[in-house]
Amino acid sequence: MNGLVYLKNVVTLELDQEKCNGCRMCIIVCPHAVFAIENKRAVILDKDLCMECGACEKNCPENAISVRSGVGCAAGIINGILKGTEPTCDCSGSGGSCC
Amino acid sequence: MNTRFLTGNTFGTIPQISTIWSRRDLWETIKIRWSVGRMDYKIEPGIYAVGNPGESSPVFVTANFKLTFDHVRRALDGMDAWLLVLDTKGINVWCAAGKGTFSTNELIRQIDLVGLEKIVNHHKVIVPQLGAVGVSAHEIKKNTGFSVIYGPVRAEDIHDFMEAGMKATKEMRAVRFTTWDRLKLIPVELANGKYYLILVPAIFLILSGLNPKGYSIDMAYHDGLRSVFILLIAYVTGCGITPVLLPWIPFRRFALKGLLTGWLAAFILVYFHFLGHWYLEIISWFLIIGSVSSFLAMTFTGTSTFTSLSGVQKEIKTAVPMQIGMAALGVIAWIVSKFIAL
Repeated sequence: MNGLVYLKNVVTLELDQEKCNGCRMCIIVCPHAVFAIENKRAVILDKDLCMECGACEKNCPENAISVRSGVGCAAGIINGILKGTEPTCDCSGSGGSCC
Repeated sequence: MNTRFLTGNTFGTIPQISTIWSRRDLWETIKIRWSVGRMDYKIEPGIYAVGNPGESSPVFVTANFKLTFDHVRRALDGMDAWLLVLDTKGINVWCAAGKGTFSTNELIRQIDLVGLEKIVNHHKVIVPQLGAVGVSAHEIKKNTGFSVIYGPVRAEDIHDFMEAGMKATKEMRAVRFTTWDRLKLIPVELANGKYYLILVPAIFLILSGLNPKGYSIDMAYHDGLRSVFILLIAYVTGCGITPVLLPWIPFRRFALKGLLTGWLAAFILVYFHFLGHWYLEIISWFLIIGSVSSFLAMTFTGTSTFTSLSGVQKEIKTAVPMQIGMAALGVIAWIVSKFIAL
C-alpha cells in the first residue's frame, strides 16, 4: 500500500496481550497486515494501517481485541449526522449505488 | 430474477452453474460499473453446484451481488465445488459484512436452510477473507459444527489457495488499491452525482444571465455554458482525477488532495482565460472549484480500502466547514461579480 496511508494516531484498535492465545486468527482476517505473532502472542505492528473494519475483534475467540469499527466513509458519516444515526452508507436504498 | 448462468443440470435439487461468462454477463458487468440498474442484479440465495461436485467437494461462500457471484463462479472454472450464496440484498461481500447482511446469523441460516450437513461429508466452509468483518468463525463453529476457513481476498486467487492446501499467502490476504482498481471505480463515482449533475449546472446557467442592467438571455447562454463547463471540470477533478492519482497527490486528507487538484485545474483554466477577466470572478471560481473538488474527493474515502471511521470523522470535522464556507463565499462572490463587472 505504498502511498496509501491515512491519518496518523486516530485509530481505536486495542489489543490485550494477556488474553491472547496465539491462535493467529487476527493475522488471517486483517486486510492490512496490522498484526504479527511475537513470542506466541499477537502484537500490533503498525496501528496507523488499521482501517477499523472490525474483522479481528469479531474473530478473536478470546475477546482480546477491541476496536470501534464502522465505515470510513465521509458520505456515510455525514448522512449519519444529518439523520441522527450511526455512520452508515445507505447503499441498499432504492436506486442507490454501493460503497 | 436472472438465471441465465444456470446450465440446466442439477445435482438432486441443486442447480449447476456455468463458470464461463456469456457476452451478456460482460455487458451487465459494464453496466454495473456505470451504476446502471446496479441494485437490480441479485442472485437467488442458496446452494449451487460448480462442475461435478460430490460430498467431499469444498464449499465456497459468497454474496448475492451479481458482480461478486460472476467473479467467483468464473474463478472456480475447472473445479468441482459447492457455492453457498448468502442473502446480502445484492451487496458485495465486504460492504455487506460491514452492514451486517453477510453475517454470522445469515451463514448459520443458509447452512441450515440448504442442509449442508447432508450435502457434504466434511465440516468446512471457505469464506472470503473480507467476510470476516461480519462473520465470527468461532460462533459458526459453535452453532453449526462447521469450521470457517478464510479464503483469499480476491476470487482470482482461489485456485492457488486450493493448490496450496487452503493456505493463503500474505499477498492473498492483503487488500490492494491499485491504479487499475481505482480506474474501474471511476464510472460509478462519476455517476454518483445523479440529479445534482443537472440541478447545479442549471442554477448556474440561469443565474449567469444576471448583469447590472437586469437580465440577459444572451449572457445566460454564453456565460452560462462557460459556467457549466467549469463546474464539470471541478466535478471530474474531484471524483475522477483525484481518485486515480490518489497516492501521488500530497497530503493524507482526501479533502486537501481534492482541493489541491481542484486548484491545479483552476490554474489551467485561468491560463486559458476560462475563468473570466475580472479578479472577483476568478477568485469566486477558485472558491467554487476548490470546494466542489475537495468535497467529492473526500467522499472517495467511502470507496477507498484503507480509511478508518475515526480518521474520516476527524477529517470531516475541519473539512466540511471549510468546504461550506468556500462554496458560500464563492457563490456570493460570483453573483456579486456579475453586477460590478465590466
